[in-house]
Amino acid sequence: MPKRIGIFSFFTSLYRDGFRNMTWGKPLVWLILLKLFILFAILRVFFFKPAMKGLTDQEKSEAVGAVLTKNHNEDTLIITE
Amino acid sequence: MDVVVWSRIQFAMTAAYHWLFVPLTLGLALVMAVMETLYVVKKDPFWKKAAQFWIKLFAINFAVGIATGIILEFEFGTNWSNYSWMVGDMFGAPLAIEGILAFFMEATFFAVMFFGWNKVSPKFHLASTWLTGIGATISAYWILVANGWMQNPVGTTFNPDTVRSEMASVAAFWEVISNPVAVSKFCHSVTSGWVTGGIFVVGVSAWYLLKDRHSEFAKKSMLIGAIVGLVGSGAVMLSGDSSGVHAAEFQPMKLAAAEGLEDGGNGAAFTIIPGIKVPKMLSILATHDVNGFVPGINDILNGYTDNEGNVIPSVADKMAMGRQALDALAVYRSAGDPAVKADALAVMNANVQYMGYGHLSAPEEVIPPVGVVFWAFRFMIGLGMLIALVLLLALIAVWKDKLGAWKWLLWAAIVCIPLAYITGQCGWIVAEVGRQPWTIQGLLPVNVAISSLSAGAVKTTFFVFLAVFALFLAIEIRIMVRAIGKGPDVEPSEA
Repeated sequence: MPKRIGIFSFFTSLYRDGFRNMTWGKPLVWLILLKLFILFAILRVFFFKPAMKGLTDQEKSEAVGAVLTKNHNEDTLIITE
Repeated sequence: MDVVVWSRIQFAMTAAYHWLFVPLTLGLALVMAVMETLYVVKKDPFWKKAAQFWIKLFAINFAVGIATGIILEFEFGTNWSNYSWMVGDMFGAPLAIEGILAFFMEATFFAVMFFGWNKVSPKFHLASTWLTGIGATISAYWILVANGWMQNPVGTTFNPDTVRSEMASVAAFWEVISNPVAVSKFCHSVTSGWVTGGIFVVGVSAWYLLKDRHSEFAKKSMLIGAIVGLVGSGAVMLSGDSSGVHAAEFQPMKLAAAEGLEDGGNGAAFTIIPGIKVPKMLSILATHDVNGFVPGINDILNGYTDNEGNVIPSVADKMAMGRQALDALAVYRSAGDPAVKADALAVMNANVQYMGYGHLSAPEEVIPPVGVVFWAFRFMIGLGMLIALVLLLALIAVWKDKLGAWKWLLWAAIVCIPLAYITGQCGWIVAEVGRQPWTIQGLLPVNVAISSLSAGAVKTTFFVFLAVFALFLAIEIRIMVRAIGKGPDVEPSEA
């Protein structure tokens, strides 16, 4: 009776053997790793800090609300019935 | 140039770069799945070899394209933080679903497809190949749900407490994911990917035929590529028609700009190029009625009555209503008295659909760059039709065994590969430049969506991106050209 392999073992061996036996695919893996490093370790960390990082949701609402309502106030509101 | 312009240029470059990889992924996925299906059904090892070669090119394209879309999400948080906060979960949910789905489908089925030739049964492998393509296609759907919402913001209500557009119910979520703009954009984008994949296969095969290499492989690949590309071309035309109708309904200014239509009317003519018009055609395309009314730029500025009899206010009136909405929002957010808040909320809700217009300082600001949109639209249609013609001729040439005699067609097929990319980019220029000045149609213009940043900071990241993107693109082209130069001789064990 053939031995049954669990799904975790299957994918582990799939990846392990796949990477080991790679020929033309190896430069692609290095390319992906290099790209992910540039994206997440350089661009994300040094160049793309979220503008509202560190603010609470309430503070974010206040900040965006202030931008939306800049130049708009009670004096200019006309309430019609 | 100010920070808004630099941020837009940066976003446009990132999106355009991302779109260099997506269409070929979608198109080659279908080609390789069809070829592998032929292998499993016919049990002909030729089709296995053919599928493996195109999977190799798919993998190269995939590897370089992977994660390029993530940069767009970085930019949302850094450059477009007001927008990101305002769209909230509405935008985040589809992107999160896309990210999770893409990761799991790609991590599993792509791995089986790429590594599993000798590890799983042919049928299981075939299923993995199809599911890799289907996964990429479903990913595209979620992205286009988010984009479609920006073009036609359905299913959400603006919450003045959180300052966000929120989905209130499951029904609202359904409304968002079945947004007609998203559905037609999805069909149009995915099937345009099939055309790109089809012409890529036809063009590469043509190169082999011109070099007198792998002739049998090239002819059979050309047949599959031409069929996939032609099916895609037909579907692109149908979905393009649907996109036109939706633009007329939800973004009439975009359609007017794409047509360079200053004054509209009933039975409007379609401009092929300036000076050459097809009578009534624009009305047929935009309204499916030969005498349907299509508003021009001036009609939209001054107000008009649409084909259902609805009176569409002038832009000046929309600006007044938008200002009322914003004034009411300001009062609502600052007032302590519940009665005042209730009155302000009522005013805001009555005018909220025009809230974005309240940020404009002149009605003319709603007009996108007409020349850019007009010509991008014509290049998209013209090149798309040229590619469809080349695909049709390639199919006939294979069928009638004329490839040896029609050398010009082989050259034309090669030239059409870059043209397919230009066509796709033109399509996105029409879609995105055509909806300016809006980030969210009618609700949020780009100059309010922007973060508080300096133009210098955005300029720096723009040039960093330009350098990184150019480097990776050069690497991809080099690896791709080498793989094509080597030809379809990959054995399963070499993957």
